[in-house]
Amino acid sequence: MSERQRATTGVDMEAQIDQWRSFVARRPAMTTDDIAEMEDHLRDQIADLAAGGLAEDEAFLVAVKRMGNLDDVSREFAREHSERLWRQLVLIPEPGAGVVGSRWRDLGLVIGVALLAGVALKILVEALDEFALVRNVVFVLVPAVTGWLAYKRRVSWKVAAVLTAAAAALVLVVNLYPFDMLPGPGEAPGMTAVLVVVHTPVVLWLLTAVAYAGGDWRSHGRRMDFVRFTGELAMYLALIAAGAGVLIALSVAVWNLAGFDLEPYLESWILPFGIPGAIMVAAWLVEVKMDVVENIAPVLTKVFTPLALVMLVAMFAVMVLGDSFEAVDRSLLILMDAVLILVVALLLYSISAHNPMEPAGVFDWLELGLVVAALAVDAIALTAMVSRIAEFGWTANKTAAVGLNLLLLAHLAWTGWLTLGFVRRTGTFHDVERWQTRYLPVYGLWAAIVVVVFPLVFRFD
Amino acid sequence: MRIDKDLVAASATPLVLGILAEGESYGYAIGKRVAELSGGRMEWTDGMLYPLLHRLERLGHVEATWGRSESGRRRKHYAITDAGRQALADRQRQWQVVADTLDNVWRRFGTPPVAEGLA
Repeated sequence: MSERQRATTGVDMEAQIDQWRSFVARRPAMTTDDIAEMEDHLRDQIADLAAGGLAEDEAFLVAVKRMGNLDDVSREFAREHSERLWRQLVLIPEPGAGVVGSRWRDLGLVIGVALLAGVALKILVEALDEFALVRNVVFVLVPAVTGWLAYKRRVSWKVAAVLTAAAAALVLVVNLYPFDMLPGPGEAPGMTAVLVVVHTPVVLWLLTAVAYAGGDWRSHGRRMDFVRFTGELAMYLALIAAGAGVLIALSVAVWNLAGFDLEPYLESWILPFGIPGAIMVAAWLVEVKMDVVENIAPVLTKVFTPLALVMLVAMFAVMVLGDSFEAVDRSLLILMDAVLILVVALLLYSISAHNPMEPAGVFDWLELGLVVAALAVDAIALTAMVSRIAEFGWTANKTAAVGLNLLLLAHLAWTGWLTLGFVRRTGTFHDVERWQTRYLPVYGLWAAIVVVVFPLVFRFD
Repeated sequence: MRIDKDLVAASATPLVLGILAEGESYGYAIGKRVAELSGGRMEWTDGMLYPLLHRLERLGHVEATWGRSESGRRRKHYAITDAGRQALADRQRQWQVVADTLDNVWRRFGTPPVAEGLA
C-alpha cells in the first residue's frame, strides 16, 4: 500500500468512526462522555485488530460488531441512567411492551379527563355548601390525575381496586365523621376538620404515586421519578396559573369597561373547569417530558439553595437574639414546619436533578449547610414549643404540628449525615438518594393517621 | 465459547472488581484482561461493559477519573474503592460456595455424555 493510499484509508476510517459516533449519539440514554468512552474502546480494538493483520476497514467492522447491538447496549445504559431519559421526548420502547399511542390521542384523552373532572367539580360547586366543597374538591382533582396515570401505566385490576377502595374509604371518613364546628356567626370548621382538609391531599397523592409507578411502588427509581413528576407538575401549574391569571385579569378589566361583570362566570364556570384543566394539562406536559423545565430545575435549585441558607442563618440569629418565646403559640410550630418542608422540597428537587455520576462539589457542601442550618433553627423552636406544650397540654393542632416536625427532623438529620458522608467521600450519592425515596412514604402514612385517627382521638374537636 | 448471558451477567461484577483490584484500568483493557484470564474462552459484548462500570461507579464500588491515552484521546480510568473491595470479598465467598457445590455435582455425576459427544 502506498503512502497516499494509507492516508486515504485513514480519512475513510475517521469518516466511518464519525458516522458511528453520530449513530450512537442518537440514543437518548447516551451522553457525549459515554460515547467518548466507547469510542476510545473502538479505536483501541481497531488498532489491535489491525496490528493482528486485518485491513483497517475490516478491523472497523469487527470492532463495531464486538461492541454489540447498539439497541441492547443503549437500553442497558438507559436502565442504569434513567434520569437521563427523563429529558427525552422519546423513550426507547421495550421489546414486547405496548407502545403508547400517538401524541394526539394522548392529548384527546387528557382533555376528556379534564372535562369529566370539570363536570364533576361543577356538580359539587352547585350541590355542596362551602365547607363540604372544601373537603371534597381534592377528591375530584387528584383522582383525575391518578386515574389517568393508572390508565396510562395499565395498572393491574388488583392495584386499581386497592387504590379505588382507599380513596373511597377516605371520602367516607372525610364526609361521615361528625366534625365539630366552631361556635359563632357562620359555620367555621374546628381543629380536626381543618387538619383533615389539609392532610387529605397528601394521602391521595401517595395513592397517585402508586398509580404513577404502575403498581411497582417498591421501586426506588420509580419513586424518584415521581418526585421529579411532582416537582415539574408544580412548576408547570405555577406557570399556567400565572398565565391564566393575566388572561382573567385582562378579561375582567375589558368586560367591566363594556359594562359586564365577569365575576359570576368566573366562580361558576371558569374555575370549576379551568382548575382541573390546568392540572391535567400540566400532568400531560410533564409526562411527554417537555425538557424545558428539566433544564431549569438544576438552575433553580442552585439559585435558591444559597438564598435559603442565608434565610435560615438570619432566622437563627433573630431567634437567638430576639426575646424569649413568651408569645409563641402553635403558629410558630406551623411556621417551622413550613420552613422545614421548604428545605426538604429544595433538597429533594436538587437531589432528583443531581447527576449521580458527578462527584461531590461545593454545591453539596452548601446543601449540607442548608440542612444543618434548618436543624439548628428547628431545634430552637422545637424546645421552646415542647416546654410550652408540656405546660398547656396537647391539642390536635399541636400534636399534628409536632409530629410533622419530628418526621421532618428525622428526614433532614439523616440526609445531613449521609450528605456529610458523600462530601467526605466515605459514602455515595446513591445512599443519599436511596434514603429520600425510602423515607417519602412516611409522610403519606403520617397524613393518613392525621386524617383517620386524629378526629377519633381528639373527639372531632 | 458461547456462554449463557445470565452466567455472564452474574459473573461480570466480580470479574471486573477482581481485575480492578489488581490496579487501576480502563474499559478496553478490562475486556482484554477478561479474555486473557479465561484463556480466550470468555468474550463479552464489549458495549455491555460500560453500563456495568457505570453502575459500579454509582454504587461506589469503583471510582472513575478522566485521563488521556498514550495517543492523547480522552480515556476514563476506573479504580476500585474500599466498598468495592468489600463487595468483591462478599461475592468471592458466594461464588466459592457455588463453585464448590457445582464441583461436587460434576464429580458425582461425571460429565454428561452429550457434552462429551460434542467436545
